Amino acid sequence: MSETGYEYRVVRGFAFSALFWLVIGLVVGLWIAFEMFNPALNLTPWLSFGRLRVVHTNGLGLGFGLAGIFATSYYILQRLTRAPLAFPKLALAHLYLFNVAIALAALSLFMGMNTTREYAELEWPLDVGVVILWVMYAINVFGTLLKRQEKQMYISLWYIIAMTVTIAVLYIVNNLAVPVTLFKSYSLYAGANDANVEWWYGHNIVGFIFTVPVLAMFYYFLPKATGLPIYSHRLSIISFWALIFAYLWTGAHHLMLTPLPEWIQTVAIAFSIFLIAPSWGSVVNGYYTLQGNWDQMRSNYLVKFFILGITFYGLQTLQGPLQGLRTLNAFFHYTDWVVGHVHMGTMGWVAMVISASFYYMIPRITGNELHSIKLANMHFWLILGGQLTWTITMWIGGIQQGAMWKATNPDGSLMYNFLDSVTSLYPYYKLRFAAGLVYFVGILIFVYNLVMTVRKRPVKA
Amino acid sequence: MGIYSKPVVFAVLSALVILIGTIVTVFIPLFMPSTQPVSPLIKPYTAIELEGRDLYIREGCNNCHTQTVRPLRTEVLRYGEYSKPEEFAYDRPFLWGSRRTGPDLNRIGGKYPDSWHYRHMQSPQGMFEKSNMPPYGWLAENPLDTRYSIKKISVLGYGYSAAEVEQQIADYKAKVTAASYDSKETRDQVTPEKLRNDLTEMDAMIAYLQKLGRDVKNLEAKK
Repeated sequence: MSETGYEYRVVRGFAFSALFWLVIGLVVGLWIAFEMFNPALNLTPWLSFGRLRVVHTNGLGLGFGLAGIFATSYYILQRLTRAPLAFPKLALAHLYLFNVAIALAALSLFMGMNTTREYAELEWPLDVGVVILWVMYAINVFGTLLKRQEKQMYISLWYIIAMTVTIAVLYIVNNLAVPVTLFKSYSLYAGANDANVEWWYGHNIVGFIFTVPVLAMFYYFLPKATGLPIYSHRLSIISFWALIFAYLWTGAHHLMLTPLPEWIQTVAIAFSIFLIAPSWGSVVNGYYTLQGNWDQMRSNYLVKFFILGITFYGLQTLQGPLQGLRTLNAFFHYTDWVVGHVHMGTMGWVAMVISASFYYMIPRITGNELHSIKLANMHFWLILGGQLTWTITMWIGGIQQGAMWKATNPDGSLMYNFLDSVTSLYPYYKLRFAAGLVYFVGILIFVYNLVMTVRKRPVKA
Repeated sequence: MGIYSKPVVFAVLSALVILIGTIVTVFIPLFMPSTQPVSPLIKPYTAIELEGRDLYIREGCNNCHTQTVRPLRTEVLRYGEYSKPEEFAYDRPFLWGSRRTGPDLNRIGGKYPDSWHYRHMQSPQGMFEKSNMPPYGWLAENPLDTRYSIKKISVLGYGYSAAEVEQQIADYKAKVTAASYDSKETRDQVTPEKLRNDLTEMDAMIAYLQKLGRDVKNLEAKK
């Protein structure tokens, strides 16, 4: 514990857990990116694409994403309430159990225990574990909020509360299943209903893990890093309520033109378009916060991460609703375009904001200066270049594949067989793999920089 | 502003706000029979097909293959009749997928003989040199585990009795091990000698693939 009584061990523990799972998740990502153009890497059942892909998504979503959220929210919570964590021992137990759970999750997915529900692939005993971990977290969130010293709750706390409540609802409802054995269960829902429940979850888990808590970080760390107050409190209120209201209606835009009833699809399209407004409310709030101080983009290394991050968030939240429109969806869905879309959000927005938040937070909780701003800048440019090359490559590949699927000869017959549309993407897959390597090097520099920061002897005041 | 200094009220209010869309678009459809209609023309999976489906799930085939043909001209041309809701009444979980790294499989049943699948699963690259599909020859090296078949069928409520499940397993075993099986030669090539008279995971996987989209013809004939 630090002199002020704040519990920082758990913050630091979760931050380095996040970095660990980030590296693992990216290695798996590189592995499957290689398999896409060279199946020779499918060496054993454990390393076959079908099993590895879920290790990649869960490792980064649950391992890196959640650990990053826990690290930053335990920090933000204490700072904004001006109160130490209500139950520090519970938080430490949360930290250790979390890592055990992620390791078991990875192992179970390698072994093929997989429910196929995207971003909820874990079998039921691990689902129970996840719920217990979430309750442990929620007890500290609300316990600390209740004994807070600061009366008003700042914007970031709203987002943390909304996430805590919503993830619980999403996770439990989507994972309801009837067990057959300890390692196998069947979903409670069938067919179209199962699809509808799963994509209500799938869309909102992305919203409430990759958007809501990352906005909490953005609203807290951007003003902290720049010394500038958020441009408009009123705009943040409107954005918050409109965002969490509209998000839950939109899951079915992942099920466009499937046998799901058409009205559910159409409602989802309408709310997706509406969702642009609150998303851009935060983007505008971020940009205007910097008005008159744009020189900080050059002078303050942290600002680049936040501003590029919120820019990718803005692009993401324009692209997403447009992809949901029926005509565009008919062309883009099931292609690599969507893969590019997802990775702009994760590699661009989420990773950029978590990076900057850690750079701000770690020196402050350890009392050490950041090891090297130069390395942080290098990290920035490598992950920016890697990510842009990665996503743009996939967009172009997606357009090409969509066009090849639709192309017909003058007599009305199909111009290409399916395999043609796959093999024509191999050059893109190679470039994507190279871009992934660049990104990975950037992340290794990030990790190195933070490891060196905590290993320094604390500067005695 | 009151609620911004009352965390519990704030949490309850947030929960209500997120539940509105959830109730309208997810919970209410769950109780509407029209969301997932059931037709007597679509038959539930047999025990072997179900075991094959569970292997499809275990191997994460859904990560590369979709199972829903959209009502689009070129899609119907490529795969066949577009998918109907009735076809999925027994799918727990659904396997529609989200990315087509490989082709859609909702109409794969009956498209090729079993021998084609044995050869293709064993070595996709042997059949299509540039394919990026992982080889699954090792499925033929694993005997099929049917210990839980009866329990699985009863959990899913498919309506087969324990005796019927055992009969389905015995019948399928008799089919693929018979000298008269039309894909016997290929099956023997991919199956290790000691397992040739038993059911393997590969057998079940192929039984499942051959079931996909089979019943839609009855559905269309009736319409």
